[in-house]
Amino acid sequence: MKITTVRRIHQLFFFALFLWFCIVTTVGEKFWQIRNWPINWFLQLDPLVALGTILSTGKFYWSLHCALGTVILTIIFGRFFCGWICPFGAIHQFVGYLGNRGKKVAEKIRLNIYRNAQCVKYLVLVLFLGMAAFPSLASTLQTGLLDPIPLVTRSFQLVLLPIFDRGAYLTPVNARYYELGWLILAVFATAVLLNLIIPRFYCRFICPLGAFLGIISGFSIWRIGKTKPQCINCKMCEKACEGGCEPSSSIKIAECVLCFNCRDDCKHDLIAYQTVPSLAGETQVDVSRRGVVLSLVSGVLAAPAIRLSGKVTSNWYAGVVRPPGALAEPEFLKRCLKCGQCMRVCPTNVIQPAGIEGGLEGLWTPILNNRIGSSGCQLNCVACGQVCPTSAIRPITLDEKSGLGEFVSAGPIKLGTAFVDQGRCLPWSMDKPCIVCQENCPVSPKAIFTKDVFTTVRDGVVSIKQVTENTIEIDRCIPADKFATGDYYVLFEDGSRYKISSNTATSIGISEGKVPAVAAGKVEIQVRLQKPCVDIEKCTGCGVCEHECPVSGKRAIRITAEGETRSKDRRLLL
Amino acid sequence: MLIRGAKAAASIAAAVGVARWLYDPKGPQAKKEEVNFLGTFAKGLPDFSVPRKDGQVISIIKGQDRAKTVSKAIEFLGGIERFVSPGDVVVIKPNVGFATPPILGATTHPDVITAVVKLCYEKGKAKKVIVTDNSINDPASCFTISGISKAASAAGAEVVMPRDSYFSPLTLEGGSLIKDWPIYCAPFAKATKLIGIAPLKNHHRSAASMTMKNWYGLLGGRRNVFHQDINNIIAELAMLVKPTLVILDGTVTMMTNGPTGGSVSDLKKTNTMIASCDMVAADAFGSSLLNLKPADLPYLSIAEKAGVGTVDYESLKPLRAEVT
Repeated sequence: MKITTVRRIHQLFFFALFLWFCIVTTVGEKFWQIRNWPINWFLQLDPLVALGTILSTGKFYWSLHCALGTVILTIIFGRFFCGWICPFGAIHQFVGYLGNRGKKVAEKIRLNIYRNAQCVKYLVLVLFLGMAAFPSLASTLQTGLLDPIPLVTRSFQLVLLPIFDRGAYLTPVNARYYELGWLILAVFATAVLLNLIIPRFYCRFICPLGAFLGIISGFSIWRIGKTKPQCINCKMCEKACEGGCEPSSSIKIAECVLCFNCRDDCKHDLIAYQTVPSLAGETQVDVSRRGVVLSLVSGVLAAPAIRLSGKVTSNWYAGVVRPPGALAEPEFLKRCLKCGQCMRVCPTNVIQPAGIEGGLEGLWTPILNNRIGSSGCQLNCVACGQVCPTSAIRPITLDEKSGLGEFVSAGPIKLGTAFVDQGRCLPWSMDKPCIVCQENCPVSPKAIFTKDVFTTVRDGVVSIKQVTENTIEIDRCIPADKFATGDYYVLFEDGSRYKISSNTATSIGISEGKVPAVAAGKVEIQVRLQKPCVDIEKCTGCGVCEHECPVSGKRAIRITAEGETRSKDRRLLL
Repeated sequence: MLIRGAKAAASIAAAVGVARWLYDPKGPQAKKEEVNFLGTFAKGLPDFSVPRKDGQVISIIKGQDRAKTVSKAIEFLGGIERFVSPGDVVVIKPNVGFATPPILGATTHPDVITAVVKLCYEKGKAKKVIVTDNSINDPASCFTISGISKAASAAGAEVVMPRDSYFSPLTLEGGSLIKDWPIYCAPFAKATKLIGIAPLKNHHRSAASMTMKNWYGLLGGRRNVFHQDINNIIAELAMLVKPTLVILDGTVTMMTNGPTGGSVSDLKKTNTMIASCDMVAADAFGSSLLNLKPADLPYLSIAEKAGVGTVDYESLKPLRAEVT
């Protein structure tokens, strides 16, 4: 079998594996649900994930140890990851192939020449690493914006699969929603469509992971090269060159993605995968020192510049409610890849990709939107922390989340606090009974309690005409049956109060007790209201109340991040 | 020239034709109220009730073992054979509202599900048993954590989770609240029998959540608006749904912090299982386990007035026994 066929099988296999891991990222016990599938395997293999978090946190998180394997294998074999494993690379290669079918050989060779702009990806890499590397100024992990593995994971998990879910029910719940899904798709689609201009455009010009692997592939033991310094220079080896690395002359070894097309296409067998450098010479990473310094300085300055908004400190946005177990905001931003795994696995769909409300750097990081999904953050669930590849959301246990067992003294993890908007709340401002929020509050004792009051309804003071048995004849017309719901009472001047069991336009009926035998005077029609109040010591900020509130537009009870466990400076309690 | 002219004429004719075909001289109008009355609407809820037998309307069994008490309760009413005939498709509607484990008592206990599903298959010779609910929390989590998925599947029942397409708008004739409102209909469309199985819980708004409140799960849409008139909506649901049988599980009763609970300290052992052909009677008796009077639950008298059942359950001569 030709080595390029082996490579294609590899790419197809790893793409299918990637797709499978995306599909199984749903909570459940079926074989096609999460069980023990290593759903983060591609993210864990990605050395840029490891390098970025090493620079931002100073530590090599255990879950990312596979990335060391990728680095070692790249030092031995070159950029095999790009050409053989990367699922995004496989998409680019396939789309590039489709887009350039039928073109003339000369045209294909022209498309695959090396371009100076290929150095841009090194600058992207340096820029992102610069943003992460100096915690003393401000450190923020932004590699995930363009790192191909988080990018492709996010695109599949939050956009492409949900589109199919709407019809195929891959997840056991109803259609999923992801705010800003369009932007994620726009980035993905742009990256894919650029292949129609130049094959593997993203890999050649943008990919910061490719840049990193390119740099270390400079040390590789085996590499592509020519076995003779001279040839007839037919350039057939560049007809399908995926990396644009010019194998026909002095090969740009950092650009080579090990597609092996050149070896197959050389009619004279002059190209080999060998331990000696190409006999036609090699060119190392072609990037100017000035460019690197400029990128680095830009990155180092960009991080504190973004922080000038104060969104991480005093000007924090109250709506940035993070998933349970999320680290304090500065630490969180050093680790979050924006990969979307937590948003996909969340059984209630409450975790959403953020916009820039929490600062520019918070784009696509997970926040809770209780208006979306099936039910706030469920008490008995810690799925998001279990799947987070970098522990930006710690893998907490149910005991820790609920403050049980050894966590009794720490108490439950609070995501924020519920605030009643009294101006929108039906019992508080509109004299309508409701308390759906209280009903659904899942903690025991409930964090929502009610203040029970009797309020005279509008135009509710009526004069008595006559009292017979348990019926009060009144002198004015009231809507028939309106007050017979079990929530209305009639108050006499002596202070006694009776539940209304029926009413006609001119009479009020009482079924229990005996009303005073008064012949004249007034009675007041009252409604019994239970007004919801939040006990901030009990509230965990789970958001079930906000999700269920019947004031459906802007909810009358809403969670904001005050009181969240992860930030001491946002506490409310003394 | 002629050909070009002909093509132009054809294009003009096509454009005019399409315009004529799609022409809408009125524009969108104010929406007329489309009313789907029960009975006339094909996808509505059928009447699942069986003929009444005086003296076999309600049974109240004391005991701790749910499998035994529920079997005895049904046996007293004439056995499952009275309710389920060979070939029946039975829908069981438990309360699977919350994603909490069975020990917290916020959802129907899986042991009752197991016992009733087995009875339906083994003695009732049902063709198929479906267990379904339109949960409040995430449905998949609710069915898994409550243990109901596992119990139902193990006993051979099919578990059906709600989907948007399973709801159809219905109007209750004689009602004032259920008007053109999405109702969870699809799972009942092909069913021939319906059994409601509810836990017995405290409820701050309606005082108690029992067999009648259990039908709240059939409401779709943003159903929480009905909490403004909780007694009437519960009564209207009881008018809308005509079950074959209801079972009220008072083996443990959630005395406080309902309907979610969240702690075993909210629960009290009351060791009672009720089976009834009359929801109002079942709930009227159930209120006593919460230390309430039927008069504390206005929806009982509203439903009685509408002809759903009898508040004075003692007049129905409940069949009582104790099993150990």
